[in-house]
Amino acid sequence: MNYYLRRTVRIPLTILAVATFTFGLIRLLPGGPFTQLRIQLIRQGVPAEQVNARIEALQNIRPDAPLWQQYLDYLIGVAQLDLGRSISLNAPVIEILARALPWTVFLVVTSTVLMFVIGVLIGAIQAYKEGSRFDKVASGSSIFLMAVPYYIFAVLFLFFLSFQLNLFPTGNAVERGIEASLSAEYFLSVLHHAALPIIAFTIGGVGSTALNMRGNGIQVLGEEYVEVARLRGLPDSRIATKYVAKNAILPMYTGLLLLIGFRLGGTVVLEQIFSYPGLGYYLISAVNANDYPLMMGCFLVITVTLVIAVYIADLTYGLIDPRISAGDSDGY
Amino acid sequence: MVTETDSSSPDDIDWRSETSSAEMSQRDRLAEFYEQSIYEPAVVAWSDVRTRLGIVILSVYLLMALVEVLGLWRNPAPNQAPRLLAPFVNMQYPLGTTQSGVDLFALIVDSTPFILLMVLAGGVWATSVAIVVGTISGYKGGTVDTVITSISDFFMAIPGLPLIIILAIALSPENPILLGVILTINYWAGLGRSIRSQVLSIREASYVEASRTMGTSTHRIILKDVLPNIMPYVMVNFVLAARYTIFASVGLYFIGVLPYTGQNWGVTLNNAYNQGGLFTLEALHWLLVPIVAIVGLAFGLILVSQGMDRIFNPRVRTRLTGKSESVEEESDNENTSAWV
Repeated sequence: MNYYLRRTVRIPLTILAVATFTFGLIRLLPGGPFTQLRIQLIRQGVPAEQVNARIEALQNIRPDAPLWQQYLDYLIGVAQLDLGRSISLNAPVIEILARALPWTVFLVVTSTVLMFVIGVLIGAIQAYKEGSRFDKVASGSSIFLMAVPYYIFAVLFLFFLSFQLNLFPTGNAVERGIEASLSAEYFLSVLHHAALPIIAFTIGGVGSTALNMRGNGIQVLGEEYVEVARLRGLPDSRIATKYVAKNAILPMYTGLLLLIGFRLGGTVVLEQIFSYPGLGYYLISAVNANDYPLMMGCFLVITVTLVIAVYIADLTYGLIDPRISAGDSDGY
Repeated sequence: MVTETDSSSPDDIDWRSETSSAEMSQRDRLAEFYEQSIYEPAVVAWSDVRTRLGIVILSVYLLMALVEVLGLWRNPAPNQAPRLLAPFVNMQYPLGTTQSGVDLFALIVDSTPFILLMVLAGGVWATSVAIVVGTISGYKGGTVDTVITSISDFFMAIPGLPLIIILAIALSPENPILLGVILTINYWAGLGRSIRSQVLSIREASYVEASRTMGTSTHRIILKDVLPNIMPYVMVNFVLAARYTIFASVGLYFIGVLPYTGQNWGVTLNNAYNQGGLFTLEALHWLLVPIVAIVGLAFGLILVSQGMDRIFNPRVRTRLTGKSESVEEESDNENTSAWV
């Protein structure tokens, strides 16, 4: 079957599997899914016989129905983008998540692209100047950067730049009172708030990217086709981009799938530290408030985002590596 | 397609060259084992500055764990010392104290065995599952491969930290070993995938082909031909999985979603962060001490993993034990594809 078609078909299947998994997880949580809500409703003075009906109205799951019925209801709800109502924030889960999702995507995409570009550039220079002073210093610092988790950078930035020097805000995605619009003021505010999280998240990954690129680059530079290209008298710039860079970056692309997953998951800690209102931030506040519908909604949306991100990465992989679209994909 | 060619009964001809064992005494064999498996790797490892530094750093942590296990240092308790004492001022409390007068060094030492155990469990779990899954699916191919690949694809589609958070709520793990396993619950998927691709290429190698033709059992081929070849990669990734376990656990303790009894590095960081460590420079050491503990351990692990490559590289090994001079320098970290 065609590579692109196969990848596309796999998306709904993966999402279905993840939704099923989420459904199972809800039942694994202590006290069952809706104990909290039930207690809350009874405390509000809702008569005991109406509690089930209210839960059904709020969460679109019938607590007294058989499991398969609940499962079907859940899947239908997910398909209609109805993830129930958040208990703690008292709003539909999907509305909260729709507001949070863009911020998370913004953080992850910007920082991952920055990390990739900076890391590849540093690694490429290192590979070209292998053994030089720059190479030694850069390798040393890359190894050290790998030892520091991104949230440590986040905490240190927050301490020095936000709390001590007051250069950056300590929370939120935009200044309060600035309306979402296309104005320069809004954009500056967004950048100002996102700068520290993005920088922290970027630095956290540059070290390993550079080391990877250096290793690949050195290997490719030793290949015969590079030698042949030099003998053919091709310009250095062409060799560097078409021959060396392309072949050195290619193996890193397969790691991208895992990388996106780790980084998307990592936003949980990052957003919590910066009080940045993305998916991860709401996941943690839902955890702290025992707000299961919001929690599972966050989990589901983060996972679906990952599935789609990996899909897009896969499609671009086909653009870079012609072997992929020609079939025989799972060779790596 | 690889099929079971091992119809051989156990009393078939054994192709292992055990003829020499008759002439070798137990003692010789031990000596050879020591020479090959302990002495030579140690020489190679020690000759590399990075590995040397890494081993020294890791030893410090082991020493700290030993101090705690033997009870050589006081246990952390509130009001055991003056509040917010700066580090290196009073040698009674070398790393200073927290806002509630807890000895920071005691806090760090107190949780070292816990952290080390958790890290070990995480690394062992992630790599052993990955090896089993990767070798089986890579070597067997066919339906087994398809099934295993689909399962690991599914696990790769779930972002790690959110899954860990939800599992932590459901299971509230306080045992370090269980916690280590949960933290790397889907780490094996990616690693298994790359082991699989390595096994795929090893499977086609001529010496494996030869073993198959000789009728060696699949079990034995995997054990003797395939595993030794992926071992370097696995060891490097073991260290990286261990690093991931520390990062994930401290991060999650830090944001307060993992259950805990008593304090550990992440919880200390959390307390420092939430109880005013962010606002004054006087409390900066409270924030920095757990950070240094975490970064130090991760740094030690990474240095060792960088050096490990050389231990397993046979060319470097022969050169360093003085058996060959004609080997080119710098063939290191080609398969350290750490990227998380």
